[in-house]
Amino acid sequence: MDSFIKHSGSAAPLRRSNVDTDQIIPAVYLKRVTRSGFEDGLFAAWRTDPEFVLNQPVYKEATILVAGMDFGTGSSREHAVWALQNYGFKVVISSRFADIFRGNSLKAGLLTVILNQSDIEAIWLAIEAKPTMQISVDLESRTVSYNGVVLGFAIDDYTRWRLMQGLDDIGLTIKNSDSIAAFEKTRLAHKPLTLPIRV
Amino acid sequence: MATTLAQKIWAEHVVRAAAGEPDLVYIDLHLIHEVTSPQAFDGLRLAGRTVRRPDLTIATEDHNTPTLDIDKPIADPVSKLQIDTLRANCAEFGLRIHSLGDKNQGIVHVVGPQLGLTQPGMTIVCGDSHTSTHGAFGALAFGIGTSEVEHVLATQTLPLARPKTMAINVEGRLKPGVTSKDIILAIIAKIGTGGGQGYVIEYRGRAIRALSMESRMTICNMSIEAGARAGLIAPDQTTFDYIKGRPHAPADFEAAVAYWKTLLTDADASFDVEVSLNADDLEPFVTWGTNPGQGAPLNSVVPDPAEIKDEGARQAAERALVYMGLSAGTPLKKIAIDTVFLGSCTNGRIEDLRAAAQVLKGKKIASTLRMLVVPGSARVRLEAEAEGLDKVFLDAGAEWRNAGCSMCLGMNPDQLTVGERSASTSNRNFEGRQGKGGRTHLVSPLVAAATALRGTLSSPADL
Ligand code: SF4
Repeated sequence: MDSFIKHSGSAAPLRRSNVDTDQIIPAVYLKRVTRSGFEDGLFAAWRTDPEFVLNQPVYKEATILVAGMDFGTGSSREHAVWALQNYGFKVVISSRFADIFRGNSLKAGLLTVILNQSDIEAIWLAIEAKPTMQISVDLESRTVSYNGVVLGFAIDDYTRWRLMQGLDDIGLTIKNSDSIAAFEKTRLAHKPLTLPIRV
Repeated sequence: MATTLAQKIWAEHVVRAAAGEPDLVYIDLHLIHEVTSPQAFDGLRLAGRTVRRPDLTIATEDHNTPTLDIDKPIADPVSKLQIDTLRANCAEFGLRIHSLGDKNQGIVHVVGPQLGLTQPGMTIVCGDSHTSTHGAFGALAFGIGTSEVEHVLATQTLPLARPKTMAINVEGRLKPGVTSKDIILAIIAKIGTGGGQGYVIEYRGRAIRALSMESRMTICNMSIEAGARAGLIAPDQTTFDYIKGRPHAPADFEAAVAYWKTLLTDADASFDVEVSLNADDLEPFVTWGTNPGQGAPLNSVVPDPAEIKDEGARQAAERALVYMGLSAGTPLKKIAIDTVFLGSCTNGRIEDLRAAAQVLKGKKIASTLRMLVVPGSARVRLEAEAEGLDKVFLDAGAEWRNAGCSMCLGMNPDQLTVGERSASTSNRNFEGRQGKGGRTHLVSPLVAAATALRGTLSSPADL
């Protein structure tokens, strides 16, 4: 995973709440067995609508998505995160993310930033007034800044450290293999095993 | 210290805890399917890693599989590649798999319980958000993403932040014709699709205790629709009776039961949040909008967005009515349906098929619609056929299909067309969920069956 310290770019305002993962990428686009190429399915149902924000030429360069409340609800498909990344987004800002989506994004290196809904509204207005406006998202100082406005955001220290180092979670856990092996010795004997197969 | 059931199970699975870091939690059972796993296996290969515990892992094919002609090669080459990839990965890493055509193939969340692999006190994960279903057994079960699937394959653990706890108390007694699907739809309408966010929900109270295992699974299944990653119900005699005699039930059953009986929230434990609902007041519930929180009693009307105070919720309702092609004030029972879908991990178990068949028996579905009956697993299909339920559905004019997720997510050919309206026993009514432009009303199996007969949203009481 690439490390994430700071990102600056223009942003697209997605004025919708409850954008679920079926909207972000419909199931028919999930058939690939790779991690790339999902950008064609991103917001597929809306991509033919000229009014849709990503279809407006002024937002073509956007690398930050500023979404409404409850972004990423629904299915656990990490393809939703990959689709956003494959399309070119580095950051998604919302006032509330669904748990699994947020977990997936922070594992895959897409930074999800939570701000108050009133701050989101202000950012939407600022972007719409000037679509090329740059927004800076600084994970080190945990701030979002634009037009001289600086907003703090919360993210736990551990996740921040892992993202800034670009560390692979699995590698970190494998360092604790001894603890895992010790734990396995204490597991209750009657817990089921899938092998050998009993049907 | 007094603890809740969720906290107890959590504490029993912490491999390592360190200040400022998430807990490293041991996973007792990992369920796998074709859609969210290929990239995880790729990751393992790239890093030269193996699967730590093949004996705690099981795969099945469900999301993408056809429900017709399952003895022929899968027609869609991309779908076929995904299934073939799962089979090859399971062969390479030595994992148990139940493939299309096998008696134990089916939706992951139907297969685990029916094999007896889902037991109280376990931690269970799957790359699918409805893993919360298994919480009905008093297990801590939740959906994960593909990065986490890879993590569990490699280490049998996950680094996780400790969740908060919520109690939903459902007292009273359900009226006839009202089901656990109606309970959970009413709960989601009450607390909202984000209401359970960050919590594990424990469903409690007399109305919950009175439910069968299958009805409990329906409730826990849709915890995710309330925003919660997991929902659970303390195990009791109903749970033990369900597990007894299943292929993977514990050999020393008494010892297991003695342990399972300790899995209760302490009397003096407190939850971060408590919500109450009275089952006496509940009626059959259906959704009118495009998220599972946009629901109302079947006897009411499509709500008027203008009366919704919250700005965001009002806009969402307005948009939903446009998408659904509905106008405020229309009685829900006047809404004509094109397709009835009976199936999914929410309501595709034998009890659901029995309930619907009882309504349909000896009658014909309306000529204006089609009805798809898709058993949750191959075993459910066999069981239903042994009871003659397939005949009931076929005689009524419904289609009797093979097991899988089917129209719940419209990834295989079972999809709605643009503007087509369904009454579906599944769990998500999102825009396009069942096919691009499709319109979904979430309903219970009883409402699905009555709707099939009358052609408009209905309950058995309307027949
Ligand atoms: S039936 Fe639907 S909700 Fe259940 S696992 Fe399949 S796609 Fe997911």
